[in-house]
Amino acid sequence: MVPESYYTALSAILFTIGVVGVLVRRNPLVIFMSIELMLNAANLALVAFGHRAGTADAQVLVFFVMTVAAAEVAVGLAIIVAIFRLRRRLSVDELSIMRW
Amino acid sequence: MSLAVFFVIAVVAVLSALGLVLRRNPIHGALFLVVNLGCVAVLYLLLGAEFLALAQVIIYAGAIMVLFVFAIMVLIPGKEETGPDPLRSQRLLALPLGALLLFEIGLILHSRVFTAAPAPPPPAGAGGIESVGRLLLRDYLFPFEVTSVLLLAALVGVLALAKRRVG
Repeated sequence: MVPESYYTALSAILFTIGVVGVLVRRNPLVIFMSIELMLNAANLALVAFGHRAGTADAQVLVFFVMTVAAAEVAVGLAIIVAIFRLRRRLSVDELSIMRW
Repeated sequence: MSLAVFFVIAVVAVLSALGLVLRRNPIHGALFLVVNLGCVAVLYLLLGAEFLALAQVIIYAGAIMVLFVFAIMVLIPGKEETGPDPLRSQRLLALPLGALLLFEIGLILHSRVFTAAPAPPPPAGAGGIESVGRLLLRDYLFPFEVTSVLLLAALVGVLALAKRRVG
């Protein structure tokens, strides 16, 4: 049996890699994929905790997270495509129009 | 045995996540992400969550990543990150900040979560596909139905966003 703490450690590493990806990359598609990486790491931690608690409730929660992630990806990619149509370029550094 | 499987899968997962962040070509990043999602599906199997492993492969690695690859093909990126970086000094901060975040998460996990005594071993089949189905369609029936409204809203929103303005 693998201890649950190993899973959460792996989840923390994957989450951190996702955060660094969001911070260092300039392509919005890669930033979006890094966000998916972070969501996945959180899901893995949830399932590990659920396994430790001995219930299946965490799995149901992860299922809902997956559904929301699917909706989020569809809307987010549509927004990126709309921005590309408007600007003909893809770089988050140039999208400062709504910056305070 | 399962410990060896875990370590192999964990190494592959971390390497593929690094590949997603480090490769310049977004298509390579998408393929690395597919590998990573597959690794997480195997970890779900190791944790006894068969339903989630299947859903992970079908929804994430199947549907969502196809959408990503499709968007990358349509947008033909690849020239965005070749020019000089205007925010280089800020981006150099990302690595130490990421290391700090990892340290903090590890500290919290180490000091709070795993010091308590583990729960008594669950009854056989507690996390299996049958109990998940029972929970999903009985205790969590209302959120399950609300999910369909959410997906419909996403569908309508995407159609509204993708519509070309006429005239």
